[in-house]
Amino acid sequence: MLSSTVTSLTVLLIVVFLFKEGVGVFDKTAMEEGFVIAINKNNPVDKLSSEQIKNIYDQKIISWEEVGGKKDSIFLFRVDDISNFYTDEQIGENFEMLPYRLSSLVDSFPGVIAFFPEKYLDKNFKGKKLEADKVTLAEFFGGEEWFPTAHPSAQLGVKPLILGTLWVSLGAILLALPLALAAAIYMSEIAKERVRRIMKPLIELLAGIPSVVYGFFGLVVIVPLIQSTFGVAVGETGLAGSIILGIMALPTIITISEDAMRNTPRAMKEASLALGASKWQTIYRVVIPHSISGISAGAILGIGRAIGETMAVLMVTGNAAVIPHGILEPMRTIPATIAAELGEAPNGGLHYKALFALGCVLFIITLFLNLTVEFISNRKKAHKH
Amino acid sequence: MYQIDENKVTRKKKRNQKFVFFLFGAMGYFVVALLVLILTFIIYKGASAISWDFITKMPEEGMTKGGIFPAIIGTLCLVAGSMLFAFPIGVLAAIYMNEYVKDGFIKKFIKQMTNNLAGIPSIVFGLFGMSLFVNKLGFGDSILAGSLTLGLLALPVVIRTTEEALKAVDNTFRQASIGLGASKWQTTRRVVLPIAFPNIITGLILSVGRVSGETAPILFTVAAYFLPKLPTSIFDQAMALPYHLYVISTSGTNIEESRPIAYGTALVLVIIVLFTNLLANGLRKYFSKKVKMN
Repeated sequence: MLSSTVTSLTVLLIVVFLFKEGVGVFDKTAMEEGFVIAINKNNPVDKLSSEQIKNIYDQKIISWEEVGGKKDSIFLFRVDDISNFYTDEQIGENFEMLPYRLSSLVDSFPGVIAFFPEKYLDKNFKGKKLEADKVTLAEFFGGEEWFPTAHPSAQLGVKPLILGTLWVSLGAILLALPLALAAAIYMSEIAKERVRRIMKPLIELLAGIPSVVYGFFGLVVIVPLIQSTFGVAVGETGLAGSIILGIMALPTIITISEDAMRNTPRAMKEASLALGASKWQTIYRVVIPHSISGISAGAILGIGRAIGETMAVLMVTGNAAVIPHGILEPMRTIPATIAAELGEAPNGGLHYKALFALGCVLFIITLFLNLTVEFISNRKKAHKH
Repeated sequence: MYQIDENKVTRKKKRNQKFVFFLFGAMGYFVVALLVLILTFIIYKGASAISWDFITKMPEEGMTKGGIFPAIIGTLCLVAGSMLFAFPIGVLAAIYMNEYVKDGFIKKFIKQMTNNLAGIPSIVFGLFGMSLFVNKLGFGDSILAGSLTLGLLALPVVIRTTEEALKAVDNTFRQASIGLGASKWQTTRRVVLPIAFPNIITGLILSVGRVSGETAPILFTVAAYFLPKLPTSIFDQAMALPYHLYVISTSGTNIEESRPIAYGTALVLVIIVLFTNLLANGLRKYFSKKVKMN
């Protein structure tokens, strides 16, 4: 009794912990902690999104007009630039005059935007401090850049990661599905029992190989192969990930769809054969339609496995967090991002929480896929009775 | 009048069928060939790296020489720890679900939860383990935290195989036992469990194989890149085989030079999987023969 409660509790606990940490990301600002962004007090701009801040910092946005302000060029001031404006004596030996100087500097340039540490904020600061916005859902899911350690404002757009995951998983399923279906049909309908009895455990063995071994195999065999076949600069591409994930998804799809096909009532098959249909006609007119729900369940579980797979993907896809345009580019998936970055993210910080939020996204996707499978097989049962 | 040439139709049908069947057969064998290819590649490349020293010595010179002894010990600790956690809970949960709970909402709910647990990606287990065991409960990066995380991952596997084993026990055994006046618990302990035992053990062995190869859950809960000595308590960090393979094949300082070690480590992992699978299959056969003889 207690023990099965533990099982159910675990799932709930996972949900609670994951979401508690993950949702925390929307309670934080993308600004680096302890930094201030200040502008001239006559500047009408009140808010900047983290993307805008980054673009200003990279000097991609050079006029206030582009962010809803006056027609005035942006004067970017970093705290290191202070020596261009004041001498060492004016700042003071221990920077004791720095807060005051910063204040008057911001006051005297109308187009200024200044980034500096919070400890240098003057008590009577004459500029306007920009309130950093909290990370919003729209930014999280709509942002096109994932760069959580960017200075001074982290970029937390998960779009490239979600797209990377989709590309790799879809590629995998496109490769695996035809192969797996053919193998399943062969095993359940065509092969002799003796052959089947050898093949089945072998294919189950394929499921037992650790993902890190698949990743290693991909790294030393498939990656160089792709590099030489397609003449790309780096072989670590989405395609390499798709191939490895495809191989890994094979046993799941084969086992489940083979089981479904073998469950086709013998009477149905015999009826079809007796009417003069060939064995092949029987397979694709009777066996496949009858087991279609099992086949789709297998396919969905295969996708689920591909989406959640971490190590193999991490090792072969190249991990570039940019929006992919083709299968021959390096990509980065959600699980690979978590695995690669969590070790470096400071505990409890924005980056850490953002990675937990990614975990939530992953959890929701796989839960949705699992429930779909459940729904399909339940409907099938209801149909029978 | 239009006459159907029956022979022609049959011939066409037959030709189609022959072609399609050939195709399916080829694809089926292709899948098997993939497996054989991967295995022979790892075995061929790894065989030259494996020696007695390789599995009993510490790594040397930035992982380019020496052995993988601490990683093997670490993995053994993790497997033992996770099984100590998952096996009793999993088996008890399965017994409870199969023998005691009546069909209804609770059973459905527990089943659904177990299924969901099985579907959660391993990296999410890693996140959870880090947040609960490492941070909240303050175990730090330790064998304890890693074992618990891996144990949670193995739980649904253990539950599922045990349940299947229990379901395979013919109901007449239970009825006979109850009919002789045995209590429910006596029936379960003296009749159902002994019959289901071989299959339960098989499930246990298979989950050992699975746990020993998992990397993502241990990344942030226990695994260390290099430790000069073996772990002495359950609160120590440990090296582990799958993590070792990951690190030396992707981010080591001398990737090229440590390749032989990587091949060797991959081979050890594959051997563990092959061994557990063979053992499980062998046991299954052995026990089923024994049952038949009685």
